Amino acid sequence: MFAVCATPDTLSGLTWLSCYLTTGKHFAFYGAFGTVLLLLAVTAPVALAFGFGGAVAARSRFAPLSWFGKGYIAVVRGVPDIAFFLFFVIALDQGIEWLRHKAKCPDWDQPIRQGNDFLVCPDAKMPLSTSAQWVHEAYGFWLAVFTFSLVFGAFAANVLFGAMRSVPRGQVETAEAYGMTRRQAFRRVLVPQMWVYALPGLSNLWMVLIKATPLLFLLGVEDIVYWARDLGGTKTPQFTDYPHGDWRMWYFLFLLVFYLGFTRLSEIVLERLMQRLTRGQATLGGTSGRDEAPGMTQVGPP
Amino acid sequence: MSCWETVADYAFRSLGYGERLLPRADFTLCQQVTLIGSGMIWNIYFGVLALLSGFVLATALAMGKAARSRWLRKPAEWTIFVFRGSPLFIQFFFAYFLFLSLKSSVPALDALTSAWLGAAVVLFLNTAAYSGEIFFGALRSVPRGEVEAADAYGLTGWSRFRRVIWPTMLRLAWPAYTNEAIFLFHATTLVFISGFPAARQQGDALYYASYFADKTFNPFVPYPILAGYFILLTLAVIGVMGLINRRLNRHLPAERTARSGGRFKVLFR
Repeated sequence: MFAVCATPDTLSGLTWLSCYLTTGKHFAFYGAFGTVLLLLAVTAPVALAFGFGGAVAARSRFAPLSWFGKGYIAVVRGVPDIAFFLFFVIALDQGIEWLRHKAKCPDWDQPIRQGNDFLVCPDAKMPLSTSAQWVHEAYGFWLAVFTFSLVFGAFAANVLFGAMRSVPRGQVETAEAYGMTRRQAFRRVLVPQMWVYALPGLSNLWMVLIKATPLLFLLGVEDIVYWARDLGGTKTPQFTDYPHGDWRMWYFLFLLVFYLGFTRLSEIVLERLMQRLTRGQATLGGTSGRDEAPGMTQVGPP
Repeated sequence: MSCWETVADYAFRSLGYGERLLPRADFTLCQQVTLIGSGMIWNIYFGVLALLSGFVLATALAMGKAARSRWLRKPAEWTIFVFRGSPLFIQFFFAYFLFLSLKSSVPALDALTSAWLGAAVVLFLNTAAYSGEIFFGALRSVPRGEVEAADAYGLTGWSRFRRVIWPTMLRLAWPAYTNEAIFLFHATTLVFISGFPAARQQGDALYYASYFADKTFNPFVPYPILAGYFILLTLAVIGVMGLINRRLNRHLPAERTARSGGRFKVLFR
């Protein structure tokens, strides 16, 4: 980076540190923060869409669809999210390869599961073994996004399902009295009004989503946890120009501070948003109930 | 080998009893169910220990956050902020490496680097912070009338807290606290994949489930088994917390009692 960095072993103090922090690997580490932000930016709207679908399905009057929606919410919420992450990454990968195998190699006669191996024809590999490194990384990232969206979609579905039920019954009844069909009342009355009820739950979910991003590491993406472990480990002079002891503690302290700052910032922004949305609305969510712990407002004695 | 022999060999494998080597080939369903179930011992151990010890600190944190004195309030607020504002996964990593470097200067702290103590400490502080925030919210919604009634009876200080404020606080907080307990049990699966080593392959349920998934390259058997165990555990937690809730509310007329888990809100790490 800087000209003085050409001879690292002669440096000391701050100069050494500034050279150390601008090595190529450190730039990869800083870039990984971008990966985390990208994951959040993509996952949040997709999960919201999944959640909306789940909530609509759970409300459906067609029983099997309603069971499906409620089952989706219940199963994902009843099981640790890490188990889902570990499961879906392999399951999705195998599912996609299996479908491609069926489509591309119809005359392949060997079984796909041979003992402990999962073998598909070379054309069905995903991504193809000949493709570039960045394709592999991008594929891994999209699997991660999909898995995150599926898990958080269930939580969002639960929040939106509750929000749809919180819209005062009178609003929908009025819409029906004006001759709107069920679908029209849903689109023109229920959906525009539900957001203010959903916002506290969705804010909470956003915080949870931020705090779930380090799990990217488990999905095989080279994220900030990966780099912090890699860069922080003991470095000997044989392999690097910047030898140091075990600094993983400091790297993880840095990540801890990063997440604290990020969640605090989100908290402030969401608080503003809530004030803005509830201006002039006589809801409990807009006045005092929101500051209390969840589930508190309706259980206490009056 | 019959299934009973497998159970005898592996039922307490996670604690180091029974067969030394994990199965390596020809995995049977029985082996997977037994070993993953054996791992659940660790999940239950961490969950119960953190919940019981965290409960005490959580009450203290809630009192601290509600205190007038800055010297009590600030430390409580910061503890809650730090543990709720950062991912548990990162907390585990940081704590593990912190304990490692502590160990090199103070050998007496050796035990902290193994999961049974180190991870339990992190989970204890983490759940205390989350529950502390719940209790704090409940503390603020204790009806003024009840406190005034206590004053009218001449109750002050500790006895007023012990007999009036604390029971009402618990009663109000219980549904949210039930959620926290459920998510705490779910969070125990993070222990062995975040720094803390599983000594001699003695790990928790997720550790064995991912072991089988890696070996057989078939996630469709071990993870559903894990999910089944956790759904049972979740139901058990809801049951136990519901019993406590009934006891907390036993003086109230039936329709006023808060149903735990009735409105199941998301509140986890």
